[in-house]
Amino acid sequence: MPVVMDGDRMARSLARIAHEILERNRGIEDLALVGIRTRGVPLAKRLARAIAEITHQGDVPTGALDITLYRDDLMRHAVSAQPVVRRTEIPFSIDDKRILLVDDVLYTGRTIRAALDALIEFGRPKAIQLIVLVDRGHRELPIKADFVGKNIPTALSQSVQVHLQEIDGHDEVELQDA
Amino acid sequence: MKKDLLSIADLSRDEIHLVLDTAEAMREIGQRPIKKVPTLRGKTIVNLFYEPSTRTRTSFEIAEKRLSADTLNIAVATSSVLKGETLVDTALNIEAMAPDMIVLRHASSGAGHLLSRICRSRIINAGDGMHEHPTQALLDAFTIREHKKRIEGLKVAIVGDLLHSRVLRSNVLLLTALGADVWVCGPATLMPPGIEQFGVHASTVVDEAVADADVIMMLRIQQERMQGAFFPSVREYFNTFGMTAARVAGAKPDAIIMHPGPMNRGVEIASDVADGPYSVILEQVANGVAVRMAVLYLLAGEVEAAAA
Repeated sequence: MPVVMDGDRMARSLARIAHEILERNRGIEDLALVGIRTRGVPLAKRLARAIAEITHQGDVPTGALDITLYRDDLMRHAVSAQPVVRRTEIPFSIDDKRILLVDDVLYTGRTIRAALDALIEFGRPKAIQLIVLVDRGHRELPIKADFVGKNIPTALSQSVQVHLQEIDGHDEVELQDA
Repeated sequence: MKKDLLSIADLSRDEIHLVLDTAEAMREIGQRPIKKVPTLRGKTIVNLFYEPSTRTRTSFEIAEKRLSADTLNIAVATSSVLKGETLVDTALNIEAMAPDMIVLRHASSGAGHLLSRICRSRIINAGDGMHEHPTQALLDAFTIREHKKRIEGLKVAIVGDLLHSRVLRSNVLLLTALGADVWVCGPATLMPPGIEQFGVHASTVVDEAVADADVIMMLRIQQERMQGAFFPSVREYFNTFGMTAARVAGAKPDAIIMHPGPMNRGVEIASDVADGPYSVILEQVANGVAVRMAVLYLLAGEVEAAAA
């Protein structure tokens, strides 16, 4: 099981992305981070911390988004139980904010499509930018990330496993063969 | 989950927790500026109500609409039932129009079970006679869990018209399944014989049932189901079993007061208790929408597997 990103590499990628966010947006004014459950949420919190350490201008507001109820495959798996719905927590208005949407892996793009639909119902942000730790390709929708930790070419048969300290006890990205 | 939700007994312990956890997530939707998610788009849900209802019918309808289902309400007062159509015929005719779910309230115990055998649609029991009202028990458990952070080990006193209460049966099944210490209390004439077999303590003395209780759940005196005299007068009932501030004082200092509604003020509950600081009666109503959204969502999958 090859490790394609270890803890050090992950920390450096996130630090770089934090700088790129500030460069592109010229500061933290109107910025807000929204992590997609599950692993986008700790990543969003880490980016908020990294941005605060660079700017010393306080914290960027950070929320958590559960996209389950917006999935396009919900009623199609007739045999299995419904996926577990978790709480969405966006404790700020997204109106006129620049929303930084954070997820761990960008694959087909369907999760991001669902997340965009969900976000729009909370208000009208000025812009939405997409941050992913890993882009593994194989898009099925016209969606592209604005900030990428690492591009990893994969075969469709492979799976990308992201492990994070906050959830899994260690930081690592693995590429698994089916 | 099974195809239908007819009784709390249809749910395993884990499934009860799944419903309550899902309801936590659903509640947030009701606090958004746009209180709607697209999840049940294209699903048709028929609310078939053979008994009057404000809370339950409204609650189901709001839950259905927040999940984007297409809903329609059949109130029997304006339907062909008045022309003599039977429940089975009405159900088969509704089935012919291919709804995905039927939410049924009926005065006869087991009405949902009957429809479950003849319908392809999923059936949700919204109260069948004196039998069960499972979504009420789920929203009660959700409300208790929110205040007490647990259900296991709590003393819950359920006081009132035990005999005619479907809310009682569903709550007893659910609360005992989750490990609560349940006491039921009412006049001997309204006490179902053998109720102890469900794993509850039975008492005809309110102060004993309420002593050190964490939760006091009042049940309505259901005059419309009473054939005969179960107690001498409403006034005497209130004097002996009515929940007054003095009786509440015997419970734990942080006890909560619940009532499934509609309340008979001055019959089973004093107004100052119903409106008092420990009353969570309106929270129960608010939580009902989130809990019903959870039930609708969790039942909506799996239809083909269940029908196979």
